[in-house]
Amino acid sequence: MLKQTIQIVLLNLRSIPQRLGASLVIVIGIAGVVGVFTALFAMARGIDSTLIATGDPLNAMVLRGGSQAELNSTVSRETLDLASTAPGVRQTSDGKPMVSGELIVIAELPRKGETLGANVTLRGIGEQGLALRKNLSISEGRAFTPGLQELIVGRGAAEQFEGLSVGKSVRLRGSEWNVVGIFTSNDAFESEIFTDIATSQTAWGRPNTFSTALVGLADAGQFEPFTATLTADPRLNVEVRNQRDYFTAQTKETGQGVKVLGTVVAVIMALGAVFAALNTMYASVSTRTREIATLRAIGFSPFPVVVSVMVEAMLLALLGGAIGALLAYLLFNGMTVSTLGGGFSQLVFNFKVTPGLVGSGLMLALLIGFLGGLLPALRAAWMPVTTALRAG
Amino acid sequence: MMGFFSLIWASLWRKKTRAWLTLLSLICAFLLFGLLQALSVFFTAGADFVGASRLIVQSRVSFTDSLPIRMLPEIAGVPGVRDVSHDQWFGGVYGENTQIFTFATDPARLRRVYTEWVMSDAEWQAFESTRTGAIVGRKLADQYGWKVGQKLPLKSNIFPLKSGRMAWEFDIVGIYDGKDASWQAQTQGMYINFDYFSEANQFGAGSAGVFAVLLDDPNKSNEVARAIDARFLNSPDETKTQSEKDFNKGFFSQIGDIGLIVSLILVAVFFTILILTGNTMAQAVRERIPELAVLKTLGFNNTQVTLLVLAEATLLCALGALIGLGLASLAISGLAQEVPFFAAVRADATVWLQGLLAMLALALAVGLPPALRAGRIRIVDALAGR
Repeated sequence: MLKQTIQIVLLNLRSIPQRLGASLVIVIGIAGVVGVFTALFAMARGIDSTLIATGDPLNAMVLRGGSQAELNSTVSRETLDLASTAPGVRQTSDGKPMVSGELIVIAELPRKGETLGANVTLRGIGEQGLALRKNLSISEGRAFTPGLQELIVGRGAAEQFEGLSVGKSVRLRGSEWNVVGIFTSNDAFESEIFTDIATSQTAWGRPNTFSTALVGLADAGQFEPFTATLTADPRLNVEVRNQRDYFTAQTKETGQGVKVLGTVVAVIMALGAVFAALNTMYASVSTRTREIATLRAIGFSPFPVVVSVMVEAMLLALLGGAIGALLAYLLFNGMTVSTLGGGFSQLVFNFKVTPGLVGSGLMLALLIGFLGGLLPALRAAWMPVTTALRAG
Repeated sequence: MMGFFSLIWASLWRKKTRAWLTLLSLICAFLLFGLLQALSVFFTAGADFVGASRLIVQSRVSFTDSLPIRMLPEIAGVPGVRDVSHDQWFGGVYGENTQIFTFATDPARLRRVYTEWVMSDAEWQAFESTRTGAIVGRKLADQYGWKVGQKLPLKSNIFPLKSGRMAWEFDIVGIYDGKDASWQAQTQGMYINFDYFSEANQFGAGSAGVFAVLLDDPNKSNEVARAIDARFLNSPDETKTQSEKDFNKGFFSQIGDIGLIVSLILVAVFFTILILTGNTMAQAVRERIPELAVLKTLGFNNTQVTLLVLAEATLLCALGALIGLGLASLAISGLAQEVPFFAAVRADATVWLQGLLAMLALALAVGLPPALRAGRIRIVDALAGR
């Protein structure tokens, strides 16, 4: 039985070149489906992995109660001071609390090659602001000088927006701000611009107000007591969030549109490809009607015939899937784009064609091949031998 | 003529399975085409229905930076400005976590500048005279079952009350409609009274948000926009003034390169379908060469046979396009009802026109080569099976 099956499968595969046109239909159809699927989900993956990489689990963010996002929040100098002296706060080597009062504003800058502006987050950070972001390093130029209108720019923002390179300046609130450095952090902060907190408070006329207090904790066990102390304080109305969780939670909303679009497009295209594959396999079976009937007449059982048709369909599908995934990889992997992230501003990210994604794409291809091959295979197996021999 | 059509119809369904499968994959292709093209039009053209006669004045830094209310008389004094209103984003949250598009505004100015909102005189007057009053868009009111006269508890995720609490309460005094269907689809937000808002919030009076400017002459919009921006140049509150359409377009362009990606997908989809259908059509013609030869024997000429095959391809594509685009329209109007963000997405005449053009192009691309071949067959060879 096994031997029969292998023989028929090989016989069948060897005859594919004679049916090249029809076979190509399956390959190209499925390459299209898998290519589009891979490209769209590589985008979703890129967004998710950027957000998941953002934030330190040892950092706590103190926001005003009910504000949901940094951009909506306002906390006072008093809040910052109380957070600095709360239990569990990590100290620097010279005994200062690891705390950064931060002010977030949104600036609209022109995207490269476009006249329409897009929003970028401008973040005023405190003295410990850079140290509280362990992934962050200045890759070009230098850090800003407190008190001067100087900016350092994330690598992603520098790539996406016009005029954000070292030595250039940006006009904000009626005066020029010089870009003095570019930083790398491989997370969502790369989409932002940093400056000195006091300078930003002055420029935006918001003295002694912050959006958030970012606090480094001594160890993970300190999160509970720190939160409990601040939320129990009657002078404060705050909520405390773990910085890592805060950004991970954004994966639910950011890029949601891409995921929905990707799913809808993949399902509809896959359906279309199933119909096309069915068409091709029915045609393939009907051109081989006499051959199959002859095999049946000389004693081959229906099972190997079914297998041979299925193997043909699924191998072609797999080939198409591999071509589609490869195309998506070559065209899109690593491509840097930006979209609307949390809080009205741009999140810069790279397409990520991961092995897992390619695996899902190939599974999709096999599924289409299976569905497209099954009915034609059954028809081939149960064809009445006598009529089939007289066919065509 | 009728006879010709029934001949096409009959030969189309000659192989039922194949015709159905081809039709189904065409339907899938045009369903996708309709959906993606509607999205693409939405992202590139923005909300096209917005009146061009208004300008929006926002902070040059970004629209999230509030402009101060003291700028109002200065903007109103710029030549060519007929009237000004202002909208402050309130950050409204209903229940646990439902964002409600809520703006604090001056009722009388809103009524004069946004004439697209339709409400009875009594309701407009109630909005002006009720400090804690709020008016709610029809679709929003229907969604949550809100009625005129009821109290509405609404949190703000930005503005605390003087007491530090975030929980505000408003009285619904009116429900507004849009002047036409596209404005009606936009009635998913609400307005609160700016006087009460600026008095009761902890950060104090002073910030107006963005200004909406009604012009004397819509054709002068560029001049007036430049005059407003020049008026505030080199102040901490530099402005960026643009038409309402461009303002909305800028908002949607934040979504990023979706338009480009959508068009890439469309190309991929169409290329794929072209190959699939083209192959099926060619195969159908190959199988029917003897039949076509019989037709020629009966007196059909070359042109007629070519037309016959071409018409068959067109008919199949047209069926697929009509059903697919129809399904897409249904799906889009469902989506627009359910998801506020997509309220302005339409499978409108543009999308249908592009769909039908694509259908014709597809029909020609897949139908013409086999049609020409069919026209050229020689009766003797074909009947002899050569």
